[in-house]
Amino acid sequence: MKNRSKNVVAILTAVALSLAMLSACGNPSTAQSQTSSSAIVSESTQSSDTTVSSTQSTESTELVISAAASLTDVLKELSATYATKEPNVKLTFTFGASGALQTQIEEGAPSDIFMSAAQKQMDGLDKKALLLDGTRKNLLVNKVVLITPKGNTKSIKSFADVNTGKVGKIALGEPKAVPAGQYAEEIFTYLKCLKEVKAKAVYGSDVRQVLTWVESGDVDCGIVYATDAATSSKIDVVAEAPTGSHQPVVYPVAVLKSSKNAVAAKAFLDFLSTDEAKKSFEKFGFQMS
Amino acid sequence: MDFSPFFISIKTALLATAITFFLGLFAARLVVKIKHGKGLLDGIFTLPMVLPPTVVGFFLILIFGKNSYVGILLSQINVTVMFSWAATVISATVVSFPLMYRTTRGAFEQIDMDMVYAARTLGMSERKIFWRILLPISWPGVAAGTVLSFARALGEFGATIMIAGNIPGRTQTISTAIYTAVQSGDRATAYQWTGIIIAISFSAMIMLNYWSNYQSKIISRCAKK
Repeated sequence: MKNRSKNVVAILTAVALSLAMLSACGNPSTAQSQTSSSAIVSESTQSSDTTVSSTQSTESTELVISAAASLTDVLKELSATYATKEPNVKLTFTFGASGALQTQIEEGAPSDIFMSAAQKQMDGLDKKALLLDGTRKNLLVNKVVLITPKGNTKSIKSFADVNTGKVGKIALGEPKAVPAGQYAEEIFTYLKCLKEVKAKAVYGSDVRQVLTWVESGDVDCGIVYATDAATSSKIDVVAEAPTGSHQPVVYPVAVLKSSKNAVAAKAFLDFLSTDEAKKSFEKFGFQMS
Repeated sequence: MDFSPFFISIKTALLATAITFFLGLFAARLVVKIKHGKGLLDGIFTLPMVLPPTVVGFFLILIFGKNSYVGILLSQINVTVMFSWAATVISATVVSFPLMYRTTRGAFEQIDMDMVYAARTLGMSERKIFWRILLPISWPGVAAGTVLSFARALGEFGATIMIAGNIPGRTQTISTAIYTAVQSGDRATAYQWTGIIIAISFSAMIMLNYWSNYQSKIISRCAKK
């Protein structure tokens, strides 16, 4: 009995140790494989460079881009496009909520570019002088739209219709935390029916939740961004917010002062303003600022 | 489909479990042993479990960020923790640690102290007592803690996305991949990763149950003898 339990202990310790060693070894080996794969990449670009133009720099630079989560899809597409233009520049994205990205940058995250979903976060970095002078610009505009489940059986046609018997429940973003919810409140304040609408409102913790509720038909309509609406085939966009009814939804971008690749970073931002990039942005529901 | 989140998650969870295994053991032993300040120490060790993960992540950012002593020290030797793979391991370790610590502590506290006293009178060193007596007797509890820690480390999200970011192929774990997929409206990918992480965590729990059944069988069989 003593022997058996001893054996069990020995085996378990061995397993734990080997796991520890395995994973500890796993790290450098992946780092190695990463560097070797990037070496292959740079080699291949090198060879293609020599065939195209031998004068071009062959060193590959990596740009780390902190981008708002709502830009995920369009940036993936643009990243592929950019890889064909600038094969020596490797784009690495980290996607998250703009506020979290702001905090990370303030605490020294090694990012080169910040693409925010609102001015507030960019202003925060601007105040702390973390942006590279002259690189901040308003890149994109998003529209706020009213959506209904596919088919729009209640024939809701405008934001004003929300204050009629056609709408029993409307999904909005929680106004304290979700910018889209704040814009919705601004719109209904502008239409002078905020109080009435609030009585019908169901609040989601983010815009995606609002979209999901409308898709499933749990609510009669909802307010989301045009870009969110563009991702779903189960809803109808019935109206855009009246001009001037809310603060413009702007996506500012900037190169960060701490960037070690400012030239490459600026070049990428310039690319984002080209007609080619514009096509991708519009495909995903954005408008150029 | 890009499977890098799977490998990153597994590697992170394994290494974090290995670290947390030893940290948890020694923390548990320390708390069981000391006479004063037990409650305070226990509170500190348990904190990562009860705090929202985003708060843990925020603390980690403050600790490893460029404005802290640790961050300044690390930057002098050219190490950036933020956005690195190491950061995923750090956050997974911190949040899984309390599970290992608490489960192990529970196991240690149920040990019949007479055995330890007997070992002491026979002249066994404290270190030997720990490895040869305390640990073997509490193995079912320790193993349970290890599996729970692994599952927790695997599912870690809040702290990870704060300090390690969400970089595909580098720090994007299964959890953050799900977040990204949901945020970008990619339901198919979200479902796939959700299925995968449920499968892994569930089988880990099933294994744990079989393991503890097996253990108690062995123990009762030995007791009969």
